[in-house]
Amino acid sequence: MTGMGVLVGQETRALVQGVTGREGSFHTRLMLDYGTRVVAGVTPGKGGQEVHGVPVYDSVREALAEHPEVNASVVFVPARFAKDAVLEAVSAGIRLVVVITEHIPLHDELAMIRYAKLVGTTIVGPNTPGVICPEERCKLGIMPAKMFESGVVGLVSRSGTLAYEVARRLSEEGFGISTFIGLGGDPVVGLSMVEAVKMLFRDEATRCVVVVGEIGGTMEERLADYIASRGAEKPVVAFIAGRSAPRGKKMGHAGAIAYAGVGTAESKISRLRRAGVPVARSVSDITSLVAKYIS
Amino acid sequence: MPRGGLASSPAEVRQLIEELGGRAYLKAQVLGSGRAKAGGVRRADSPELGEELARSMLGSTVLGQRVDRLLVVETVDIASELYVGFIANPEELTVSLLASPHGGVDVEELSRGELLRIEIDPLMGLADFMKREVAKFLRLPRRAREQLRDLLETLYDIYWSYDCEFLEVNPLALTTDNRLVAIDVRMSVDDSSLFRHPELREAYLKRLSEREAAAREHGFSYVELDGNVGVIGNGAGLTMATMDMISDMGLRPAFFLDVGGGASSSRVREALRIALSHPRVRAVLMNILGGITRCDEVAKGIVEALSAAPRRVPLVVRLSGTNEEEGRRILEAHGIRYFTRMEEAVSALAEILR
Repeated sequence: MTGMGVLVGQETRALVQGVTGREGSFHTRLMLDYGTRVVAGVTPGKGGQEVHGVPVYDSVREALAEHPEVNASVVFVPARFAKDAVLEAVSAGIRLVVVITEHIPLHDELAMIRYAKLVGTTIVGPNTPGVICPEERCKLGIMPAKMFESGVVGLVSRSGTLAYEVARRLSEEGFGISTFIGLGGDPVVGLSMVEAVKMLFRDEATRCVVVVGEIGGTMEERLADYIASRGAEKPVVAFIAGRSAPRGKKMGHAGAIAYAGVGTAESKISRLRRAGVPVARSVSDITSLVAKYIS
Repeated sequence: MPRGGLASSPAEVRQLIEELGGRAYLKAQVLGSGRAKAGGVRRADSPELGEELARSMLGSTVLGQRVDRLLVVETVDIASELYVGFIANPEELTVSLLASPHGGVDVEELSRGELLRIEIDPLMGLADFMKREVAKFLRLPRRAREQLRDLLETLYDIYWSYDCEFLEVNPLALTTDNRLVAIDVRMSVDDSSLFRHPELREAYLKRLSEREAAAREHGFSYVELDGNVGVIGNGAGLTMATMDMISDMGLRPAFFLDVGGGASSSRVREALRIALSHPRVRAVLMNILGGITRCDEVAKGIVEALSAAPRRVPLVVRLSGTNEEEGRRILEAHGIRYFTRMEEAVSALAEILR
C-alpha cells in the first residue's frame, strides 16, 4: 500500500462542508463506514454539534485550527451557497475540494473555479459523484462503494450512475477499479478529462483507462487531441453517451447539450477514433475492449 | 436600441407605426433563432399595411410558437451588419467576447468567417483595450467607436446581472449616418440561476408543458422527444445510454426522464404517472441501477403506479443493485417483467414492439 491513490487514499483527512444537511450527514456516515477518515465538518451556525461522531465547526478556519491535518474537503452545501463554501475552503488553503452540489449557477462556477485554479487548488466537480480508490478504502463522494472492487482500471466519467454501471461490469469481470474520478455533469468543471487521464497514466495501480463521456462541450475532443499529439502511456477505451439525443436540448446534465455544431457525439467519437482510442458502441462492449488490453 | 414598442393588436401596431413616422419592422416575439427566415419579421411601409400584416401575423405560428405580441420598431438605413456577443467558455474558464464584421447570419456560419475572439477573465472583467480591439477589428468610423464602447459595457453588465449563458446582438447595424443600432438581441439565461431572477423564473415556468411542469415539480429532468417509447432512468448518463441502445434497435424515444439519485417509491410512482399519461407512448422502458437508490423502493413505486394507471401500456423494467432481491420479489408477486441487464431489457422491449 502506497498510502495514496490518485487524489485520495489512506493519507486523506477530509472535511465535510454542509455536514449537518440531509445529504451531507447521510453520506458522511457512508464515507466513514467505508473507511474514509472524515475528521471534521462545517455548517455555519451549527458549530459545537456532532454528526456521526464528527465534530462540527462554524467555519473552515475554525475547523482547520483544531484539525490542521485536513487536506481535502467535500462540499454538500446547497447550490445558492456553494460558491461561498468553495471560496472559503480554497482561501483556507485546502488543496483538494470535491463539489457534490448540483445546479450551481454557471457564473458562480466560472468565478470560483477560475479563482481555485489561480491559487493552485484542485476542484473536482461540481455535480460530481466524487472520487474513490477501493484499494485504499477511501472515497470522497456519494458513489455506492460496493460496485467498485479494487483492481487495475482507472475510470473517468462525466456522469454518475452510468459510471457505476461500467464500474460494476468491470468489477464483475474481475478487472476492478484502481481509482474512479467523477468529473461532474456541468458545462464548467474544475478537474478536466485530460488532467484526470494524465493522473491515471502516472498511477502505478492503473493498467488501463476507461473514459465515459457524453454530448456537450469539448472535453473529449481535447483528450483526443492530447493523445494524438503526446500518445497514450496506457491503453484508453472510451464510451460516449447521447448519440441519439437531439441538438439544442439539455439531457439531464446542464453540460449535456450539443448546439451550434459543438459537442455532438459524432464529433467526439470520430476525434477519439482518429487518435487511436477505441470507442465502445454500447456499455456492454466496454468490458470486452478492456479485455483485449488486460488478460 | 432602435425606437419602438410592443403591440398585441393590429390597432396598436398601426398607432405605433404612425408614431414612428409611417414605416416600421414588425417582429414576432418568439424564442429561438432563424425567426426572419421563418417569416417572423416583416416590413410595413405604411400604418395601413402594418395593420393588415399584424392581422395575419398575430395568432400565427412561428418556430412552433404562437405569436401573441409583435415588436414594432423603426426602420433604419443600414450600411453594414455586424455581430457582437458574449458567451461562457467552460474550457478556458472565461467569457468569450466575439465580434464579426459580417453579422446577420447564425453563429455556426459566423465561426467559419472572419471572427475576433477575446477571452475575458471573469475575475478581471471587460477592459478598455478589449473594446478598442473590437472597434478596430470591426473597422468602425470614429463616431461609432464611442458608441461601441458603451454598448459593450452595457452588454457585459447585462451578461453578468442576468446570469446569461450567451448574449448576442445580431445583427448590430451600422447605419448610413454612422450610428450603431441593435437590430436583434438574443440571450439565454442559466436555468440554475433562476432563484436569483424571480421574474424570469415565473415566465419560464409559464412556458412549460403540463408534463414538463409536473417533472420539474418532482425534480426530474424531462426532455420531450418525437418517438413512442418512454425512457426512464436514474442518472442522466445512464438514461442517455439507454436511449442510445433503443435507438440502435430502430426504436424512437418519446421522452427522456431522469428520476435522479436516491429515488423513493413515491418519486418512481410520479415518474411513471407522467410516463403513462403521455398520449404517444406505446411502451415504457425503465432502467434503474440502484446504488443509493433502493430497488425495493423502486419496485413498490412501480406497483403503485401500475395499479393506478388509466390505461395499459407495456412496461419493461431493468432493476439491479441495492436490495435487488427484495425488489424482484415485489415485481414477481405482481407479474411485472424485469431484467438484470439493460441489454436484455432493451431486447425484450424491441420484441414487444415488433
